[in-house]
Amino acid sequence: MVQANNNGDSTAEAMPAERGSSTASEGTGDAVLSVKNLGVWYGAFRAVRDINMQVKRNTVLALIGPSGCGKSTVLRCFNRMNDLVPSARVEGEVIYNGVNLYADSTDATEIRSRVGMVFQKPNPFPKSIFENVAFGLRVNGFKGNMQEAVERSLRQAALWEEVKDRLNASAQALSGGQQQRLCIARALAVEPDVVLMDEPCSALDPIATLAIEDLIRQLVTKYTIIIVTHNMQQAARVSSETAFFMVGEDRAGYLVEMAATDQIFTNPRHEQTEAYITGRFS
Amino acid sequence: MTTGTLRDQLNPRLSRRKSIGTIFFFVFMAAVLIGIVSLLILLGQVLLEGAPWLKPHFITNYPSRHPEQAGLLSALFGTIWVMGLVAAFTVPIGVGAAIYLEEYARKNWFSSLIEINISNLAGVPSIVYGLLGLALFVQWMAMGRTVLAGALTLTLLVLPIIILASREAIRAVPNSYRLAGYALGADQWQVVRSIVLPSALPGILTGTILALSRAIGEAAPVIAISALVYLTFIPTDPLDRFTVLPIQIFNWVSRPQDEFRGLAAAGIVVLLVILLSMNAIAVFLRNKYQQRPNE
Repeated sequence: MVQANNNGDSTAEAMPAERGSSTASEGTGDAVLSVKNLGVWYGAFRAVRDINMQVKRNTVLALIGPSGCGKSTVLRCFNRMNDLVPSARVEGEVIYNGVNLYADSTDATEIRSRVGMVFQKPNPFPKSIFENVAFGLRVNGFKGNMQEAVERSLRQAALWEEVKDRLNASAQALSGGQQQRLCIARALAVEPDVVLMDEPCSALDPIATLAIEDLIRQLVTKYTIIIVTHNMQQAARVSSETAFFMVGEDRAGYLVEMAATDQIFTNPRHEQTEAYITGRFS
Repeated sequence: MTTGTLRDQLNPRLSRRKSIGTIFFFVFMAAVLIGIVSLLILLGQVLLEGAPWLKPHFITNYPSRHPEQAGLLSALFGTIWVMGLVAAFTVPIGVGAAIYLEEYARKNWFSSLIEINISNLAGVPSIVYGLLGLALFVQWMAMGRTVLAGALTLTLLVLPIIILASREAIRAVPNSYRLAGYALGADQWQVVRSIVLPSALPGILTGTILALSRAIGEAAPVIAISALVYLTFIPTDPLDRFTVLPIQIFNWVSRPQDEFRGLAAAGIVVLLVILLSMNAIAVFLRNKYQQRPNE
């Protein structure tokens, strides 16, 4: 891969003032999520270890790194999706708005309506477009105007104009890119704080990918977005902060460094980061 | 020539390969034809033998010593009664068990033990269920030789099949649907009810109908609880005595007079019509719901 050219001027307006050391900066007031000594085990296998990071509100944070570095595992700690893997065990803390997600008193179901998720492969339910968007509202006992709420979410996901005449058609008749925007609309319907995206464009063609990236840049004014991506140009295009993960000798993933995306791509502090970004290994 | 030396050693023998392919094509086609042709011969013979006896009064009359007046009304209604009850018992229990095993049960030695047992139960000969029903329902629970006892016996017979079919259908629901549901803040029951069950429903329905169509043709277990009676009334409640179509057919076949063999053939035609319509409904439901996602 060639050097990722950071034409990141378009992301600059969303970029907060750069911090000196962001890997473990403590006690920042605007952090929506902060991770302390996070480790995840699958049975006897340690998938990630000693993660410390802060996610600032209304930013796009990109998680990058080679396969097996645990970036998706870390992502799934932010809405406790790892709970669904029977052998998974999480240690350390993930603090969301002052609440430890892994405290005994925290209800995973409640957290997931505040921290939404978009998956790698578009996975609309085999229901109508309308019912897909309405699903999150229905399960959470929404009493308001469903029509309006669905339309608002579809507009936010830049899908309304394309589907407004066929809301009752099957969601699975949409194209891949439309399906993924529908999944984003579905996640936005319950007005979460944070939206997690696990390689949301890896199953899409380049044009659909650009549409999703445009959408991410718009959504960041309202939401905090954490995106896992294998595509470094994509990280450079959409994110204002980037966290780089590596696989250790013990096969456990760890956080090498986290900083403003500009800095990661032009002046990384670690040699490994530079090597990865310039494509010297993957 | 670097490739020449290797290519010289090739021996394609194209015509030989082609003829072997042709031979196997015909072998496989013959395998298919054996099944279809023997089924057609069977159907043809039954139709030929039974056709003269297939008259309206054959459906509306009770059995009789006089072949010209004999009908299968009581057996037909007995079958409808029994199958209605079997469906009412097996669907909630079978689907419920399948949901528990697929969605709730932790995977450990105990759940594997249950799994192995259910698979084995699906293969137990039906006469064994008949004897179990005789001991358990007819005698121990003192239900007598009633519609209810017969239905419960057949319920035991088809329950493992329905559980297996429903589990297959539930397992075929992509896990990504479940994850998407959980990620939107649904709890487990909401995911099962709103996502898993609707997606699995066509498969569950198909499996259920096919299992019921197996039960409808079973004679052995019902003979074991001794429904073999010469019945001249229609059961009106679950505690009435009853007979079913396969038993009526069995009864006619075992008589010495030729006329009754014709009646038996006509009875088989009626039974086959019911069976084939149930299977057609199953196929129809499967196609209808499977096409929707890709329309």
